[in-house]
Amino acid sequence: MEENIKEIVVGEQEDYVINMGPQHPSTHGVLRLVVTLKGEIVKNVEPHIGYIHRGIEKMCESITYPQIIHLTDRMDYLSASINNESVCLAVEKALEVDIPDRIKVIRTIFSELTRIQSHQLFWASYGMDMGGQTCFFYGLRDRERILDIFEETTGGRMLISYNCPGGLMYDIHPNFQKRVKDFIKYFRKVLPEYDAILTGNVIFTSRTKGIGHLSLEDAISYGVTGPSGRASGFSCDVRKHEPYSAYDRVKFNEVLYTEGDTFHRYLARIEEMRESMNIIEQLIDNIPEGPYAVKMKPIIKLPEGEYFQRVETSRGELDTFVISDGNKNPYRIKFRTPCFVNLGVLNHITRDFKIADLIAIAGSLDLVIPDIDR
Amino acid sequence: MGIKGMKYEEFKDNESLELLRESGTNVLLTTIDDVINWGRKSSLWPLTFATSCCGIEMMMTGAPRHDFSRFGMEVYRASPRQADVIVVAGTIVNKMAPVLKRLYDQMSEPKYVVAMGACAISGGPFFLNSYSVIKGVEHVIPVDVYVPGCPPRPEALLYGMLQLQRMIETETIHSRRERVAKNNSK
Repeated sequence: MEENIKEIVVGEQEDYVINMGPQHPSTHGVLRLVVTLKGEIVKNVEPHIGYIHRGIEKMCESITYPQIIHLTDRMDYLSASINNESVCLAVEKALEVDIPDRIKVIRTIFSELTRIQSHQLFWASYGMDMGGQTCFFYGLRDRERILDIFEETTGGRMLISYNCPGGLMYDIHPNFQKRVKDFIKYFRKVLPEYDAILTGNVIFTSRTKGIGHLSLEDAISYGVTGPSGRASGFSCDVRKHEPYSAYDRVKFNEVLYTEGDTFHRYLARIEEMRESMNIIEQLIDNIPEGPYAVKMKPIIKLPEGEYFQRVETSRGELDTFVISDGNKNPYRIKFRTPCFVNLGVLNHITRDFKIADLIAIAGSLDLVIPDIDR
Repeated sequence: MGIKGMKYEEFKDNESLELLRESGTNVLLTTIDDVINWGRKSSLWPLTFATSCCGIEMMMTGAPRHDFSRFGMEVYRASPRQADVIVVAGTIVNKMAPVLKRLYDQMSEPKYVVAMGACAISGGPFFLNSYSVIKGVEHVIPVDVYVPGCPPRPEALLYGMLQLQRMIETETIHSRRERVAKNNSK
């Protein structure tokens, strides 16, 4: 700030402040960025949040645990199923319920399907930000197939609220396994098309390679997780380091790059789709028999204490922290959402790049704004 | 006052003509209305305004499966000055409400509002206990069509937009003027 004032006094050209958002097509929601420019060079990016702050954490204090599940859907709506899982796991951990294998496997399959559809939407919208309209059509065409699978089993397309404390809402549809296998067969064929359109595109690569570099040290100190952090070499996959549900029984690679630029953040997501398909393939044929839900008490009361659960959403690490005073609703619930933390690094990695690169860099972090504000 | 029971002299009388226009029975004007309405309803350009989950379903409506563009709505406009209809897709909170109002004011007439999803209709899942959510977007701007759901299916949004087209079809110049006056007085 002091620097700016000095410059104005000596009569040099003033910094140009431009306001991006809250209604702006490339911020994917209602994020407002106050950008300080010098010519075309970004000097400072100041995110203003709160345009979609609904007070979910506060609301959770006055509702019961099964009701909280439905609010977590609306935080990061693109990884809705994984958000549900985090609260369910926290509640189950507190009550020390043993979850049958069938539930664990089905939850994992749904989490991975959710991850694929989220990355498909990322690919579609990121391609559109970069000026490629075709990506939008290709990505969303394939996303509809996953939504069909969701709909058949759960009745919902996007916010499925399929997990509940103690298991699942209902059993899987008889067609489920066949549909998922068909989808994977189809998507393995289609994914090279994605690479052909965008990954190998000269315009795209020249706009993203070497832009918005995030070093490993910065990624760790800012706490950037998810594919964005792993593109910088930060091994932060909760599925690997602290396996929950059925992740301890599947083999998959943690996608790691060391470059840490915009292009590799994009590439990490594409590779994650492949890994997700590997995980699903290992599980889909051997879903164990058993009940789809454990019988829980009609009113769930957690014993007094503090409970913590980490899960890996499609954007990074989601931590749920519950403080219970023994009642049917939590005393305090805190969500450490990945997007809020990932947004913090935006100013650091966009500095000294052009304003046009700001779109590319902000897009590659794959921010979901309601996840930031909650 | 119908056109048939009119005396010849009154046709030259300007005051009577004004009366006739107000009752909206003029053949010429109604034909023009038809043409204008047809044009307007066939090219409804929405504003890219999405705050949360419903925005994704709005994107899916524009995607290949549900192809919005069959009805002339595919051109999403980023600027409110070029848009005809604002689809309020998602929750509106206290901080966003002035921005939404300004966006609505910046749109040029004729402008329409579709409230998409439970949040925009009534606050939806955040109706109780939330300290920051506006309980229905009609407290901020006048709404023409409500599309229920959380979030609504793309088919539901399409149906809502077709209802909006039907509404536009029945408009006349006078009803439009009254509507504008009514909205401005709010």
